[in-house]
Amino acid sequence: MSDRIFGGIGLMLALLYVWRAAIIPDSFMSDAVGPRAFPYGIAAVLALSSVFFLLKPDPAPEWPRAGRLAEIGFAVLVMIAYAQLLPEVGFLIATAFASAYLTWRLGSPPLQSVLIGAGTSIGIYVIFRLILGLSLAKGPFGF
Amino acid sequence: MDLLASLGDGFAVALTFQNIGLALMGCFLGTIMGALPGLGPSNGVAILIPLAFTLGLGATPSLILLTSVYYGAMYGGRISSILLNIPGDEPAMMTCLDGYPMARNGRAGEALALSGVASFVGAFFATWGLVLLAPQLVKVALLFGPAEYFALFALAFMTLGGVSSTNQAKSAFAAALGLGLAMVGVDTQTGVPRFTFGEVHLYDGIDFLVAIVGLFALSEVFIFLEHRGTDKDASTAPKLAIGRIVPSWGVLKSCTPTMLRTTVLGFIAGVLPGAGASLGSFISYSMEKKLVDRNGTFGTGDPRGVAAPEAGNNAAAGGALVPMLALGVPGSGTTAVLLAVLLSLNITPGPLLFTQNPDVVWGLIAALFIGNVMLLAMNIPMVGLFVRVLMVPPRILMPVVAMVSFVGIYGISGSSFDLMVMIGFGVMGWVLRKLDVPLVPVILGTLLGNAMEVNMRRAVTIADGDYSVLFGSWLTLVLWAIAIVGFVLPIFVGGVVKARMRGAAQREAAQTD
Repeated sequence: MSDRIFGGIGLMLALLYVWRAAIIPDSFMSDAVGPRAFPYGIAAVLALSSVFFLLKPDPAPEWPRAGRLAEIGFAVLVMIAYAQLLPEVGFLIATAFASAYLTWRLGSPPLQSVLIGAGTSIGIYVIFRLILGLSLAKGPFGF
Repeated sequence: MDLLASLGDGFAVALTFQNIGLALMGCFLGTIMGALPGLGPSNGVAILIPLAFTLGLGATPSLILLTSVYYGAMYGGRISSILLNIPGDEPAMMTCLDGYPMARNGRAGEALALSGVASFVGAFFATWGLVLLAPQLVKVALLFGPAEYFALFALAFMTLGGVSSTNQAKSAFAAALGLGLAMVGVDTQTGVPRFTFGEVHLYDGIDFLVAIVGLFALSEVFIFLEHRGTDKDASTAPKLAIGRIVPSWGVLKSCTPTMLRTTVLGFIAGVLPGAGASLGSFISYSMEKKLVDRNGTFGTGDPRGVAAPEAGNNAAAGGALVPMLALGVPGSGTTAVLLAVLLSLNITPGPLLFTQNPDVVWGLIAALFIGNVMLLAMNIPMVGLFVRVLMVPPRILMPVVAMVSFVGIYGISGSSFDLMVMIGFGVMGWVLRKLDVPLVPVILGTLLGNAMEVNMRRAVTIADGDYSVLFGSWLTLVLWAIAIVGFVLPIFVGGVVKARMRGAAQREAAQTD
């Protein structure tokens, strides 16, 4: 069943791709092929393989239960928040929070998580900023 | 003699203080990454690419660092196979079969040392193979025009699933997805934006480094989150004592013919498109089992069963560099990642690389020799250190991996937008892996998509809009024929080969438990 759904999404993706390709504007410069031909070919391969999934699906994989799915969802949200807040609060603080969350969810006890998070953040900061001289995000406090 | 002179120049490039330091660092990090279950060579190289960039290294030093990581990871994969019965990466799967039983018989140290020597032999001779074969392939590649290149790219995609692929439709889907992503951005020939949805950040296209790190490294973090606390969690396996770490002379001698045979076999598997290191170690092990296993000792801790797959997979790793350097078309996942390094350094691999940037090519090859010696020296006495690294539990390790990925990508562009794209790729990678869709064609598609399109358009434009030029010369026809065979063959034999690989691993595992 998973493969059938995947095939359906693949077909829609191919259609969307054809539509977006069809509305590529023409340019004053042009070659014999134009900017649309190759994307059409790609969409054809996408569509053909998707039809194949619909007709001959593999056995469904073992999907995680709802709880685990939510786990991954929350991790994604934390990462998104991290990406957005990184320039605002600076590298050390953002990284400490994000890695504390991840290690907590991967099974560290709560108090230890805070320490591991801080340790990860400081460790990366020391190696990459102080030793290797990489530019990391600077927050209002300069780190 | 030309070759030796070039090689000599290469050593002159590679033997600077900085380059040796980088090779040492690469070998060390690579071995660790290879040893840690869940962080294979592709992941290892992918995470370190952005760092090599933000450090502002030049082309040759970056390549030396990253290929050392590549070779190091191939060495490191065996450590967890032998000690924990968990392959550090896919090619090391076959090493579990005899390595783990040897460790259980109290010969863990010996197995580690022997596999280190076997890795050295495989990689050393494969690097010689690279020196001899790549320039020959370059001569052929110089005959290629745009139509041939288009056919060659098609060949790379169609054979990438490899003989062990179970579902060619999924490989094709993955390749198309990658190619489709490569189209995003301003069209280089006509200057019109394509598939950008009006988003200015996308006008330059999707940075393939962002895609690679997201697909490989972040999706791995999600996989760990999914499997925490289940039997697939690697942190619960029993630990074993190491024992003596020097193999006896007799063992080494008895394994020498095995190592030499499997080196040749592994190298050939590496050069061929779509085979790669996993298949190299698999056929090496099977062949040796047929040839020398008279008393049925394979699978119960026979040293030759450890030497065979290790020599095979390291030789294949060297062999896979041949098409990558000479043609610009990688034959495996990790070489695809290395290609990404070259492209982002504005170096186009392929026949011209050998004439335009000989310092890069030969410096790299010399670095491989140096790295190999370093790895042997590092792996035998320091194996205890790497074993200790294995004890770092994933709950600490995976957040570090995620954060280093973020640091690397943010270091390149300094934009939150790229981080968001990377998270998107991470989720996509997780879903695709669940559905058994291979990730390597996606990467290769985003890497090669633009070059493939440019070559097609150039060929057709030269022929005044006549598409038949794509099949117009005997060379293109040969390439298309190989491509079609490579795509169709796995449909008939792919399931069988893969089932045998899995079956062999499971049967032997069941025997030892």
